[in-house]
Amino acid sequence: MTGADLTSGRDLRAEAQAKGDLAPEHDGPRDTGMEQADLQRWLERTWRTPPGIIGALSSVDHKVIARRYLITAFVFLCLGGLNAVAMRVQLSGPQRGLIGPDLYNQLFTMHGVTMMFLFAVPIVQATGIYLVPLMVGTRNIAFPRLNAFSYWVYLSGGLFAWVSFALNMAPDVGWFAYVPLSGPEFAPGKRADVWAQMITYTEVSSLAVAVATIVTILKQRAPGMSLDKIPLYVWAMLVTSFVVVFAMPAVMITSTFLILDRLVGTHIFNPAEGGDALLFQHLFWFFGHPEVYIIFLPATGMVSSIIPAFARRPVFGHLGMVLSLIAVGFLSFGLWVHHMFATGLPKLGASFFTASSMMIAIPNGVQIFCWLATMWDGRPVIRAPMLFVFGFFFIFVIGGLTGVMLASVPLDLQVHDTYFVVAHFHYVLIGGSVFPLLGAAYFWFPKITGRMMSERLGRLHFWLAFIGFNAAFFPMHIVGLWGMPRRVYTYPAELGWGNINLFITAGAVVFFLSFVLFTFNLVHGALKGAAAGNNPWEAGTLEWATPSPPPSYNFARIPVVTNAEPLWAERDALPVATGLRVDARELLVSTVAEAHPDIREKSATPSIWPLFAAFAVGGTFLYSIFTPWAIVWGALPIAVTLIGWFWPKGDLEDEE
Amino acid sequence: MNERPVTDVSGLPTFGHGPRSPTWWGTLAFMALEGTGFALAAAAYLYLAVSWPEWPLSAPQPNHWPGTIVTLLLIASLVPNHILDRYAKQCAIVPVRIGLVVMSLLGLAPLLVRWFEFPALNVYWDTNAYGSMLWVLLGLHTTHLITDVGDTIVLTVLMFTRHGYSGRRFGDVGDNVFYWDFVVATWLPIYLLIYWVPRLG
Repeated sequence: MTGADLTSGRDLRAEAQAKGDLAPEHDGPRDTGMEQADLQRWLERTWRTPPGIIGALSSVDHKVIARRYLITAFVFLCLGGLNAVAMRVQLSGPQRGLIGPDLYNQLFTMHGVTMMFLFAVPIVQATGIYLVPLMVGTRNIAFPRLNAFSYWVYLSGGLFAWVSFALNMAPDVGWFAYVPLSGPEFAPGKRADVWAQMITYTEVSSLAVAVATIVTILKQRAPGMSLDKIPLYVWAMLVTSFVVVFAMPAVMITSTFLILDRLVGTHIFNPAEGGDALLFQHLFWFFGHPEVYIIFLPATGMVSSIIPAFARRPVFGHLGMVLSLIAVGFLSFGLWVHHMFATGLPKLGASFFTASSMMIAIPNGVQIFCWLATMWDGRPVIRAPMLFVFGFFFIFVIGGLTGVMLASVPLDLQVHDTYFVVAHFHYVLIGGSVFPLLGAAYFWFPKITGRMMSERLGRLHFWLAFIGFNAAFFPMHIVGLWGMPRRVYTYPAELGWGNINLFITAGAVVFFLSFVLFTFNLVHGALKGAAAGNNPWEAGTLEWATPSPPPSYNFARIPVVTNAEPLWAERDALPVATGLRVDARELLVSTVAEAHPDIREKSATPSIWPLFAAFAVGGTFLYSIFTPWAIVWGALPIAVTLIGWFWPKGDLEDEE
Repeated sequence: MNERPVTDVSGLPTFGHGPRSPTWWGTLAFMALEGTGFALAAAAYLYLAVSWPEWPLSAPQPNHWPGTIVTLLLIASLVPNHILDRYAKQCAIVPVRIGLVVMSLLGLAPLLVRWFEFPALNVYWDTNAYGSMLWVLLGLHTTHLITDVGDTIVLTVLMFTRHGYSGRRFGDVGDNVFYWDFVVATWLPIYLLIYWVPRLG
């Protein structure tokens, strides 16, 4: 019945002709009526990553790129963690001489830069790159070459920062790089330039992933996956990607203004010539506060995937959860000024931002109560992923409470720039993001590798991480209230902060060791873990319908969705669409709201040009810390590589 | 898991124009992020303008004529741009080729005038913060203009090759038309900021 939609009885070919779609088309073998083994052979030939080094560097498979992202981000986490341990050893007693002030400034800058820009955002986006196409039932992410480009940009941006550290050129101005301390007058040399260009360059990668994610979710959902049937994790990634699109340009503008002030002598942040240093903070925090939610929102999506799988029931209040995610996304843009209460703002402005900062607790609270209701109403099975979810509840709620405290101007003025603030944001960021991420690692590891991680080691890992984390960061609230300032490399013995800092350092070491155990469990699981099967947790969303690990083409036939948890609704046989070509990388494009099938469009083939384009852009940014002419000369290789990327290759049948 | 075929999609077209195409949505997302960048740069300019009572910091007013000519050229280019869009939707290769040549020329023309626009600002980037912001705003839009004109020229050349007569390429032409509208739309507030806000004080 060629051209017919059996679910609606629509004649799709007639509709297409009525819309004027009379474009030249090519035809080839379809999946209709094909035997499963033949179909899989065809699809593997069409969608596989080519063999060899060049093939690997050309890959545009979202799973290959996501795995690279995940591993790279994990390496950066370890490096950032080592920075933290080094700082904590220095602070474990008064007036220790292990690390001097110059190196300490580089360490805490690299720790912040690495954790925020090279670990937290990339790893949540990488998880989305892997999971979103599988969860929406498509064969690849939208704009696969852009996705590949984003990885190479991210990798080279991270190397840019860490090689500069190895060469004693690392930024030493904090991850926020406030002017005037990062300006030309107070930060001679190239350290602040490295910060500025590395930030701009790396954020190109985040923006590219956000665009690809948005379009994948809006246009590539499986037939039938209308807005009310989109999994909550996918909703979380959609909202996050919108927040990235509207927040990240702020930090790029900030870093671009900074490099212009430093390199070509503009005066944007120079009050002596009509500029304003406070403008830097406004622009930076217009990005910086949404950044917290860019990290947190995907983590809530992970929690919303883990809890129903182990509670054996759909999430309570699906619509309320979606509205809460959207509300958090909106409100995240109205909070930035609470980072600047100590800068002497007008009282009316401070009151407004106090209110908006407290207001964001409402949608977050709705989510937490929906999760609790889901567990209350279900029959929770406690496995390692759930333990990390419980850890998330405990830690994030404490972080949220101290957040409400800091939103109050009088208290904020008292504890500003003390360890109380350090404790608060680590509770929020690690509780709100890292614990859900660890839970997600245990949850989706079987899908990614086809093997299970050790449950026993997972439980031990949880308790080490939970105890180590709280031992390290809870006392920071106390030492902060005692007045210990942040960003200091040492303190005098007579202040009496020695013992508590020793305890904090011991906690930090335990927390770090928990990651050593996690690494062992990852490697051991990947090599020797028990076979996982397609759906070891008996979860309900589409990624579990594919083999573990998923084949290059994700799904032999595109699923048709009738329920928010399709695998629970369709236990006998998954409804699927047929009619896609198997000799070309054809994707099914659907309508935005209802996800009706609309177009069969080709997905990009592997290409080495995204790698070359990333080299060209990276080289331009690197060279531009020395001369502004780099932008002029760099434009040429960038243009050449982009043309190579865009230009169709081979015969017409091979076109993307 | 077993499968149960319920839908046959073989009759669907292999490309779509406008919101039916994923590329259109990608272009829209890029417009959103670039537009945010422009808005923030404009907000930074206004923040400084409001912060300093003597704004524009004793600098002479910019000569508005080159900028006005650029504005008129950009607005005039919208007409052939939308005619091109109509032909792209009809997959009419010859008018599309002609339209793209016209749009390439209409993209180069404001760039030529823009060359004279920078000195007509009557202030340098390193004179003071007012000059810095003017050069930044004009520089941002010029970068925007150069990249889109470059993209249009490459697409024009592509449409004259054997790869041109393809539904996907006609969709690309439609998206290029869409993006040019954005290039023109972003210029108008920047034009007002650069040339007319200093005259308000």
